Amino acid sequence: MKGNEALAEATIRAGVDAYFGYPITPQSEVIEYLMIEQPEKRTGMIVLQAESELAAINMVYGAASTGKKVMTSSSSPGMSLKLEGISYLAGAELPAVIVNVARGGPGLGTIQPSQADYFQAVKGGGHGDYKLYVLAPASVQEMSDFVEDAFEIAFKYHAPVLILSDGLIGQMMEKVQLRPQKPRRTDAELIAQEGTWACTGKTSDRERNIVTSLDLKSEKLEERVHRLYAKYAQMECEDLRYEMINCEDADYIMVAYGSSARISLKAMELARDKGYKVGLLRPITLFPFPKKQLFDLADRVKGFLSVELSTGQMVEDVRLSVEFKVPVEHFGRTGGIIHTPEEILEALEQKIIHNGTVRHHKTREQSI
Amino acid sequence: MTEEIIIAGFGGQGVLSMGKILAYSGMMQDQEVSWMPSYGPEMRGGTANVTVILSDNRISSPYLKIFDSAIILNQQSMDKFEEAVKPGGVLLYDPNGITEHPKRTDINIFQIEGNRLATEKGNLKIFNMVILGAFLKVKPIVKLENVLEGLKKSLPERYHHLIPLNKEAIDLGMANVKTLKFEEVFNLN
Repeated sequence: MKGNEALAEATIRAGVDAYFGYPITPQSEVIEYLMIEQPEKRTGMIVLQAESELAAINMVYGAASTGKKVMTSSSSPGMSLKLEGISYLAGAELPAVIVNVARGGPGLGTIQPSQADYFQAVKGGGHGDYKLYVLAPASVQEMSDFVEDAFEIAFKYHAPVLILSDGLIGQMMEKVQLRPQKPRRTDAELIAQEGTWACTGKTSDRERNIVTSLDLKSEKLEERVHRLYAKYAQMECEDLRYEMINCEDADYIMVAYGSSARISLKAMELARDKGYKVGLLRPITLFPFPKKQLFDLADRVKGFLSVELSTGQMVEDVRLSVEFKVPVEHFGRTGGIIHTPEEILEALEQKIIHNGTVRHHKTREQSI
Repeated sequence: MTEEIIIAGFGGQGVLSMGKILAYSGMMQDQEVSWMPSYGPEMRGGTANVTVILSDNRISSPYLKIFDSAIILNQQSMDKFEEAVKPGGVLLYDPNGITEHPKRTDINIFQIEGNRLATEKGNLKIFNMVILGAFLKVKPIVKLENVLEGLKKSLPERYHHLIPLNKEAIDLGMANVKTLKFEEVFNLN
């Protein structure tokens, strides 16, 4: 299955109530798959193509206000359009899942893969004091698994969750083990679980539930923002996810997420073949970020290379985490070009292992 | 065992679907597989290519620079991928439309006249299966029975009556592949 298709199928299986989207390459297979699969016949899930990304994200806001499980997906230019709505979702403390199958930018850019939406994903993006919990799948399997995981987090914290993928993971096919079908919640179950806050229809025995991001009293808004940040602190304690590969004996560590993590894994194999002790730290969540893990690793390694399909965004967070104990460099192609494992290895040798001094093996042999 | 393959040609030649069938065949014999297409502007009226990896282990990068095998079906792809074959690797190509034949001396080179054979059979749609047959003769990385299982998986059920025709095409490819350059010393896995 393609990554996008696996994500779409997982959406049905996670017992999601509604999907609102608008097609854009390289993400269109999500809505295509859902339209063909007709989940309204399988689980009663609604799939609707909105008239624009703005409409889609506001439909998500509306449906999420009723306590339903809702999702939308897009790619970079479409994500920019959704940011206003995402800020409102965060402000109103609504659970929802948003997927970005990123492509090259800025502007319309290209339809090829890119990881240049990192800042947009983890540094807010929209206006105001908020963060998103961000999951970064690195395989088709994770495209499938992270849908249900994302909804768990969204409902645990009453907060929007972002799955940040890219065209490479979205378009590739791999083996995937799908999770079993979860039933959609009945109205009675929904009222029992979300009735304290969601707009499920006022009954005479309770007060109105109000969903809004508007607090004209500054004290109230400050209180709300502090409540949001208490959640983010809890996410950092309880729901940080990362993977460390060959880091135990490593002299040098590559930090990469999503598709770059896959390519870096191959670069790591090539580096190990050459005798360099290289490890890979893969942040699975981009917020929360494995700050402490990087800080601790910095005591025993000689340097870090952040590998991203961008001109260097995550590298800033790696530097902040490492607190300049050892060198942290960036390598990455951008504009839709995908770096090869060989290019990463070369960058690792030049920027980290030989610490800036270019020493090619060939020239060494020639000098002998 | 890991086999890293690039298949490249024109859009419409069945490049992506051949890769898909190969990937499904690997899956049928419990291998890890990845299929990474070019989905960019080149696909919209030009060349198409797909990277297929079959492995007994976890696959790291789905995107590669050099390959164990290249299946090349037009001149643009020859220009781009001849140099991307690992020394000792395999290059299989269809001479139809090829003006600059491969010049490498450190790889194994095979030729299959897939276009001619499919035309003679009166059905150009079997072209990619002829090519696949030729490739599997050179590199028997998946068993024929698993290819047929893979076909069943990747074709919608309404096309399952075409599987025998596809098998014929694979046999045709296997019987007609020409060895242009083959050194025993080269590693063929």
